[in-house]
Amino acid sequence: MGSFLHDIVANADPYFLQILVNIGIAIILALGLNVITGLTGQLSLGHAAFMSVGAFASAILTIKTGLPFTLNLILAGGISAMAGLLIGYPILRLTGDYLAICTLGFAEIVKVVFLNLEITNKALGLTVPPAKTSFPMPVIVWICAILAIVAITFLQNSRFGRALKAIRDDEIAAESMGINLTRYKLSSFALGTFLAGAGGSLYAHFLSYINPSDFSFLKSVDILSMIVLGGLGSVPGAVIGATVLAAAPEFLRFMSQYRMLVYGALLVFLMVFRPNGLLGGVNFVDLVLRKMGKKPHIPLAGEREGGR
Amino acid sequence: MLLQQLINGVALGSTYALIALGYTMVYGIITLINFAHGEIFMAGAFVGLLAVSILKLNIFVAMLLAMVVSMSIGVVIELIAYRPLRRSSRLSALISAIGVSIFLSSLALMIFGADAKGFPSTAFPVRQIKVGEAEISSLQLLIIGISALLMMGLEFIVKKTKIGKAMRATSEDYNTAALMGINVNRVISFTFALGSALAAAGGVLVGVLFNAVSFNMGLMAGLKAFAAAVLGGIGSIPGAMLGGLMLGVTEVLGVAAGFSSYRDAIAFTILVLVLLVKPTGLLGRKIQKKV
Repeated sequence: MGSFLHDIVANADPYFLQILVNIGIAIILALGLNVITGLTGQLSLGHAAFMSVGAFASAILTIKTGLPFTLNLILAGGISAMAGLLIGYPILRLTGDYLAICTLGFAEIVKVVFLNLEITNKALGLTVPPAKTSFPMPVIVWICAILAIVAITFLQNSRFGRALKAIRDDEIAAESMGINLTRYKLSSFALGTFLAGAGGSLYAHFLSYINPSDFSFLKSVDILSMIVLGGLGSVPGAVIGATVLAAAPEFLRFMSQYRMLVYGALLVFLMVFRPNGLLGGVNFVDLVLRKMGKKPHIPLAGEREGGR
Repeated sequence: MLLQQLINGVALGSTYALIALGYTMVYGIITLINFAHGEIFMAGAFVGLLAVSILKLNIFVAMLLAMVVSMSIGVVIELIAYRPLRRSSRLSALISAIGVSIFLSSLALMIFGADAKGFPSTAFPVRQIKVGEAEISSLQLLIIGISALLMMGLEFIVKKTKIGKAMRATSEDYNTAALMGINVNRVISFTFALGSALAAAGGVLVGVLFNAVSFNMGLMAGLKAFAAAVLGGIGSIPGAMLGGLMLGVTEVLGVAAGFSSYRDAIAFTILVLVLLVKPTGLLGRKIQKKV
C-alpha cells in the first residue's frame, strides 16, 4: 500500500502536488479557525501562533525522539491545544475585539519568543528531518484534511455544535439555557487550536523547513480571510475559501509583482459584493431539497443575516 | 539615565498615541478595527519624504501636505471599502480593511521599492540640549511638542465645535444621532479625515526620528498603536493618548533593561496583562450587557 502510494506521488507533477498539499493544509487550518470564529463567534487573530506551536513541537519531537509520525501529529496537536487552553482560560472572559487583540498579542509574543529560543534555532529556523511513516506526506495531508472535514461536519449538528452556535448568537440567552459558557468556549478553543497544531505539524514535515517568521500576523489574517470569504460557520464555505485563497497566489503568479496588489483588491472587492462570503447564507440541504421540489423555502428568523 | 530613557519613551509613545487616536475614533463611531490605518501612517511618511527630498519643502510644510494627502486617502478608503459594508457583519468590514492594508503596502512596495529610505540630513537640524544628566535632542522636543499640539487641537475639535459634538453624538448612539438630523455619513468621513491626518503627522515624525521610511513600516506600528488604543480603552480619546505613552515608555525601558531582542513582544505583553486585570482597558467604559 505504502509503496504503491509512493509511486503515484513520485509520478505526479511536483508543482501541482505542492498546490494540492497547500490546499489540504489550508483546509485543516481554516476548519480549526472556523470552529473558534465561525461556530463559537470568538474572533481570533492569532491562529498562526498555534500553527507555529504545533509545527515546532512536532519538528522537535521528530528530531529528539523519532516517534512514528501519527503519534507525533497527535502530540503536536495536543501540545498546541494545551497552549490554546493555557492562553484561552484567562482571555476568553474578554469579549469581541478585546479578545481579538489579545490573540493577536499572544501570536506576536509567540513569534518573538521562538525567534529567541535556542531549541527553535532562533531566527535561522529549523530543518525538519523526514517524517517516520510509510505513507508519502501529500497522502497523509489529504487523509487528515478529509478526516477534519468529516469530523467538523458531524460536530456542527451535534449537541456540542449547537451549544457553540447558541453562544455565537447570544451569550446571555445561551447561558440562561444552561450552557456553561467557559467550558464550551474553552472546548471550542482547544479543538480549533488542536487542528491548527496538526496543520502546523503537517506543514513542517512537508516543507521540511520552518521559521518563526513564517507564522506571522499575515498568516493568521490569511486563514481568517479564508473562512470569511467562504462564509462564516459553514464547512463547505471554509473548504472553498481555503481552496481559493491557497491556490490564488499560484494562479496570480503570472502577474508576479502585482500579485499582492491584486490579492488585496480582490479581498475588498469580494467583501463589498459578497459581504457574507461566497457561500454565506446558502443552506445546501435546503437547496437540494428545493431542487427536488420537496420543501418550500421558509427563511428562519435571523437566517438572512448569516454569520455574525 | 532614567530621565533620558523616559524622554526617549515619551517621544516614541507620542507617535504611537497619534496613530492610536485614529483607531480609537473610528472604532468609537463605527466599531471597525481599521486595519488600513497603519498603511495611512506609512503613506503619510512617504508623502512627507517626497515633499522634503523632491519638492525641497520645509519639514513643517511637508508635514501639512502629508496630512492633507492622507486625509483624502482615508476618506476615499472609507467611501470605497467600508461604506458599502456598513450594514453587513463586522467581520466582513474587517477583512475589507485588511484587503486595503495589503493593497496599500504592496502599492508602496511597487512604487518605492523594498529598501528603507531616509530623510535628507538637512530636513531637520538636530541639536542636543543638556538637561542635568540627560541629553535631549531638539528632534525629540519637536516630536513631543507637535504631538501635544495636535492632541490639543483634536481635543478642541471634539469638545468645542459643532462637528465634534456630532462626532460624540454619533459614537454615543449611531441611530439616534441620525434621527436627530446629524448627517452621519459626513461625520464618519470627517472622523476618517481627522484620524488619517494625525497618522500622517505621526508618520512624518517617525520617519525623521528613525530616519527610515519603508513600505512595511505601517504593519508593526499599526499593530502597536492598535494595542495602545485597546490598552487605554478603545473608543476613548484620552485612553489612546495614555495607552500610547505607556507603551512607548515601557518599550524603551524594556530595551534599556536588556530585552532588546524581545522589543516587539513588550508592548503586547503589557497589553495582555492589563486586559486580564481590566478587561475593557484602562479608561474604557464598562459595557453593561442588557438582555
